[in-house]
Amino acid sequence: MSPVQQTLLAANEASEHRPLIITLFALFVVATLGITIWAGRQTKDAADFYAGGRQFSAFQNGLAVSGDYMSAASFLGIAGAIALFGYDGFLYSIGFLVAWLVALLLVAEPLRNSGRYTMGDVLAYRMRQRPVRTAAGTSTIVVSIFYLLAQMAGAGVLVSLLLGITTDAGKILIVALVGILMIVYVSIGGMKGTTWVQMIKAVLLIGGTILITFLVLLKFNFNISDLLGQAAENSGKGAAFLEPGLQYGATGTSKLDFISLGIALVLGTAGLPHILIRFYTVPDAKAARKSVNWAIGIIGGFYLMTIALGFGAAALISQDEIIASNPSGNTAAPLLALHLGGVDSTWGAILLATISAVAFATILAVVAGLTLASSSSFAHDIYANVIRKGKASGAEEVRAARWATVFIGVVSIGLGALARDLNVAGLVALAFAVAASANLPTILYSLFWKRFTTQGALWSIYGGLIVAVGLVLFSPVVSGDPKAMFPEVDFAWFPLKNPGIISIPFGFLMGWLGTVLSKEEPDTKKYAELEVRSLTGTGAH
Amino acid sequence: MATDAPPPSKEQHKLPSPEEFAEVQESAEFGELRRSYRSFAFPLTVGFITWYLLYVLLSNYAGGFMGTKLFGNINVAFVLGVAQFVTTFLIAWWYSRHAAAKLDPKAEAIKTRMESGA
Repeated sequence: MSPVQQTLLAANEASEHRPLIITLFALFVVATLGITIWAGRQTKDAADFYAGGRQFSAFQNGLAVSGDYMSAASFLGIAGAIALFGYDGFLYSIGFLVAWLVALLLVAEPLRNSGRYTMGDVLAYRMRQRPVRTAAGTSTIVVSIFYLLAQMAGAGVLVSLLLGITTDAGKILIVALVGILMIVYVSIGGMKGTTWVQMIKAVLLIGGTILITFLVLLKFNFNISDLLGQAAENSGKGAAFLEPGLQYGATGTSKLDFISLGIALVLGTAGLPHILIRFYTVPDAKAARKSVNWAIGIIGGFYLMTIALGFGAAALISQDEIIASNPSGNTAAPLLALHLGGVDSTWGAILLATISAVAFATILAVVAGLTLASSSSFAHDIYANVIRKGKASGAEEVRAARWATVFIGVVSIGLGALARDLNVAGLVALAFAVAASANLPTILYSLFWKRFTTQGALWSIYGGLIVAVGLVLFSPVVSGDPKAMFPEVDFAWFPLKNPGIISIPFGFLMGWLGTVLSKEEPDTKKYAELEVRSLTGTGAH
Repeated sequence: MATDAPPPSKEQHKLPSPEEFAEVQESAEFGELRRSYRSFAFPLTVGFITWYLLYVLLSNYAGGFMGTKLFGNINVAFVLGVAQFVTTFLIAWWYSRHAAAKLDPKAEAIKTRMESGA
């Protein structure tokens, strides 16, 4: 049977069993909506809405952090990248995991001790509130929207493919459906509802991945060397498939791009607002530390299994079939499920439907987390502290956050619908680069550098933000490349796809420069308060 | 700041004054806590980032070395990649042990004293 015939068969199989896939999707939606309504009834004040009442256990939060972090880009993207590029795909997993040590050692506990609801709480602690809150809110919303856009467009592509929807109207409908669900989860359930959705998704994702990993390893009698050997042979690339370089090794520029990506991945995680606000959902800093440890265990285990997923797909499915189904390999994991169960069998269809439902749950949980982070930052940083100058009541803040959720949801439906056919893979890596350039330097300076001033904070946030976004605008991600968003025009003078190697040092540099050139003295009294509080938890909410 | 009431289940702590915070910041006890935290976390951060970057650079510029087969189809690149996972788990465990043994008791003592107002 030719690869193309196989793919057609697979697609037919998918559409034949469409009722099953839709039933599983619907089950997940109904269950999570039920929980959201229950959580909504328990959401009474601002601490409930923003921080889930701070009553989640370290394990629950660790699970939710994992659910918030392992996006469709991890699950589908990494499996696909390994299936197509072998070893180079695996490098993503490593950066995404090692990054958690920055969060564990430097950020999670001080943040939990000194902030209340948002990243801006910590950044503005000892600074002039209004300018720094505005900057923190801006960068939170920019990072989250980039991330959100990638997930929404990915959802449209993926779900349309799995359900066999090819019309534009159908794809827009899917994007709108995802957007509406996410508005409902966040505006009704707040942090409590979102946390439960993320926990359920994490359990489903880990369960599905364990199942597929087990089935792959069973085929190779649990001999990883044999699995790698067949993957290398079946890929047609031989030993090179198991070595670094297939994706990034071609030229000096692509190697530099790889370093840039590596830096952005490892430094970005601890500056992602939707991850940072999760540390407020536990009672104290010790629980925040334990939840990061749980997350490192769960996420690490998951990324180890992506080896079996990706190389399993490469070993058992032809490259032509993977590419025919999706040029970036994004459907390699669902295809692998189908092949493991048997292409013509009911068992294969059930596996395909299960993995598709898991991917759908993954997208919904991540977009909910992102929407919550941006609407919280809008309501708490910008509305309550900048517009109302700290005079808004908790109830007014929550009302503002709910309206912000609806607004951000509608905007991302619109952008997601426009972006449905664009290549958006670069957007997630961009969100990491912006987070590492604008947020991380300011967080670290704020917590650890006595002299840091308001001007330093503003220069590092806006400097990192503008340079990171600006470089991407003039990079091959946006124009001048067949895979760019706008392939027909070329204004790309920056050669790298990821700006991190320039923009991250720039963010750190601007924070230092803004501080030493500052005319105002640092607020040493406030720093005493922040430092003692961040290390001891004195006065933490 | 917003003025919503704290959850009723939580007992109300006294929030120390700016002078008390400044005084504690200057104290030998807090200096010891800060040193114990920073002298552990900072070098370790530099260490794991260096180790990660070394791995990225080896992948980029030492393809021959990374492709050396060790046993079966398992090569150096694969073993080093898995080693990154192992070191991440170990560092997380090591830091948590240090924090529980050396940092938590000191932090707890300062917090309790400041919030009780003594």
